[in-house]
Amino acid sequence: MPLLEIENLSVEFPTSQGTLRAVDRIDLTLEEGEVLGVVGESGSGKSVTMLALMGLVGYPGRVRADKLRFDGRDLLTMSARERRHITGKDVAMIFQEPSTSLNPCFTIGFQLAETLRKHEGMDRKAAKRRAIELLEQVGIPAPESRLTAFPHQLSGGMNQRVMIAMAIACNPRLLIADEPTTALDVTIQAQILELLMSLQRERGMALVLITHNMGVVAETAQRIMVMYAGQIMEERKVDALFADPQHPYSAALLAALPERSENATRLATIPGMVPGLNDRPKGCLFSPRCAYATAHSRNVQPELRAWMDGRVRCHYPLGDPNRDAERARDEAGLTTEATR
Amino acid sequence: MLRFILTRVSLVIPTFIGITLLAFFLVRLVPGDPIETMAGERGIDPARHAQLVKEYGFDKPLLTQYGVYIERVVQGDLGKSIVTRENVLSEFGQLFPATIELALCAILIALIVGLPAGIIAAVKRNSIFDHGVMGISLTGYSMPIFWWGLLLILLFSVQLGITPVSGRIAVQYFIEPVTGFLTIDSLLAGDIDAFWSALSHLVLPAIVLGTVPLAVIARMTRSAMLEVLGEDYIRTARAKGMAPIRVVALHALRNALIPVVTVIGLQVGTLFTGAILTETIFSWPGVGKWLIEAISRRDYPVLQGGTLLLGMVVMSVNLLVDLLYGLINPRIRHAR
Repeated sequence: MPLLEIENLSVEFPTSQGTLRAVDRIDLTLEEGEVLGVVGESGSGKSVTMLALMGLVGYPGRVRADKLRFDGRDLLTMSARERRHITGKDVAMIFQEPSTSLNPCFTIGFQLAETLRKHEGMDRKAAKRRAIELLEQVGIPAPESRLTAFPHQLSGGMNQRVMIAMAIACNPRLLIADEPTTALDVTIQAQILELLMSLQRERGMALVLITHNMGVVAETAQRIMVMYAGQIMEERKVDALFADPQHPYSAALLAALPERSENATRLATIPGMVPGLNDRPKGCLFSPRCAYATAHSRNVQPELRAWMDGRVRCHYPLGDPNRDAERARDEAGLTTEATR
Repeated sequence: MLRFILTRVSLVIPTFIGITLLAFFLVRLVPGDPIETMAGERGIDPARHAQLVKEYGFDKPLLTQYGVYIERVVQGDLGKSIVTRENVLSEFGQLFPATIELALCAILIALIVGLPAGIIAAVKRNSIFDHGVMGISLTGYSMPIFWWGLLLILLFSVQLGITPVSGRIAVQYFIEPVTGFLTIDSLLAGDIDAFWSALSHLVLPAIVLGTVPLAVIARMTRSAMLEVLGEDYIRTARAKGMAPIRVVALHALRNALIPVVTVIGLQVGTLFTGAILTETIFSWPGVGKWLIEAISRRDYPVLQGGTLLLGMVVMSVNLLVDLLYGLINPRIRHAR
C-alpha cells in the first residue's frame, strides 16, 4: 500500500473575474521513504497541491478530489479533528520563509513544545527535554539557551532549523518541504538541504521537496514531478528525466539551467508567461510557449498518460519516434479527435 | 526593558509642562472672570471688583501668575476653588472615583463586546455577522454622546421605566465610601438593594460612554485580526494540527492585540472627554460634571487643577499601555 494516494485533486479559488483553477486534476502516489521533487515556475500549483493535502487551503478556496488517502486512511471523509491528528504528526510541512513562519510572540521553546504536547501528550518537562534533543538534532548550538529565544533573535537559517525541528518532532512519515532554502543564503541553503536529506535517510521518511531549483532535485530526489499551470506535465525517475526529458516544458526548464549553457553567451529562457485566469489556452496549457505546438495541440488538451518510466502530458513527447510525422499530420489538419 | 521604561517616563515631564501651559492660558482666554460670574446678573461695584481682582492676584502679569501657579503645583498645591473654597485636590479626590467607576465599566463593556465581535467578524469575514458588526459599530462611532444618551434615557427610563434617569444611587441609600466605587462599596456593606440601585444607575451611562470605544475596538480588532490571520505563522500553527480555536485565540489574537492595545490606550483620552458629556447628561456626580460647572463659573483653580489631574491620569494610563505593549510584543522588549 502506498503511503500517499491522490486522485484527481483540484483546487479552485473564486475570484471577481471567475474561478481560478490553481490545481488541475492531480494524480500522485508516494511510497514510504520516497523522495519526490516537485518543480515548476511560480504559480504552477506546487505549493497549493501540498497545502490541499495538509488541509490548509483556507476560505474561499475549494478542494475536490476523488481520492485522498494517507497510509490507507481516507482524508476526505474523516472529521476535521481526526485530520488534525495526522497533520503535524504524520504529515509535516516546512515553508519558504522561516522568519515569518514562526510566531513572533512566542518563544522557540513554546512553539516546539506545543506540537509535542498536542500530538505526543507530553507534559511540560518531557516536552522541554525533547525540544532540546530536537534542536540538537537539527544542529542548533547551545539548544538549551535557545528555548527562551524569540524568532526575531535568530537568523533565517537558524529559524529554518527550528521549523525543521518542529516538523520532525513527532516523527512524521511524510515531510513536505516547500522551497525550504529559497529565502536563505547560498551557503546556508546547502547546509539546510544536507540536514533535510540526512534526516530523511536516518528516519526513512518520505519527502516531498518543492523547489525552483532543478539542481537540488537532481541531487536529492528519486522521482520528479514537473508542474505547469496547475497540471502535471511530466512525472518520471529523476535520472531518466534529466537524461532524456519527454515534455518540451521539462526540456526547456533543463535547458535554462546555467550549467547546461556553458558554451552559450546567453542563458536559455522560456519565452512568455504562465497563463493566468483570463488567458488560459483552450488546448495544451503550454502550447503558447511551446516550440512544437500545432493547431491540434492548441485546441485539444492532452491527457496525462503513461510514458516510458513515468507519465507525460503531451501530444508529441520528445522521445516518440513518430512525433515528426504526427506533428506534420496534425499541422496539416488531417487528424480527428477519434485517432487520439 | 529598563531603558525603554526610562525613555517613556522621561517623556512625561515635557507633556506635563505642556498641559499646565494649555490649562493656564486657555481658561484665561475665555471672556469674563470668576468675580463677574459670581456676581451674576446683579453686577458688581467696580471698586469692589478691582479689590477682589487684586486679592486673587489676577491683576499681575500673566507670566507672573503662571510662575506663582507652577511654583505651587510643584509643591503639590493646586489651590482652592473660588466658588466652594474647597481644596481642588481633595474635591477631585472625592469626585474622581465616580468618574473612574463609570469609565472602567464603559471600557469593560467595550472590551467584552468589542473584542469578540471584532474577532468573530474577522474569522467570518464577509458574512452577515461581519457586515452587521461593522455597520453597527460605524453607527455607534458616529453617534454623538448627548444624542445617544438622551435616546437611551427616553427608551429605558421614560418609556420602559427600567432604569433611573440620573444620579449614582437612589437617595434612600447611604453607603460609607471605602473604594469610592458605589457598586463595590455597597457589596462590601452587604447591602444588596443598594448594589442593584447603584448598578441600575450605572448601566446606561456606561453603555453611552462605552459605545465609541466599543466601535473603535471592534473595528481595530477585526482589521488587526484579518491581517494576522493571513500571516505565515498562522499557516504554520494550522500545519502543526492545532485546533482552529487555539489558532485564533492564541496564535492570532496575541499578535493582533498589539495594535488593539495601543488603540485602547488612546481611547482612554476619549473616555474622559466623553465622561464630561455623559456625566452632564446623567447628572453623574463625577469629575466631568465638576469641570463643566467650573467652566460656567470661570473657576480658574478648579479648571487648571482638574485638567492637570485628568491629563496626568491619561498620561499614566498611556504609559502603562506602552509598558504593556512591550510585554505583549517581544520585539519591542528586546529592541535596543
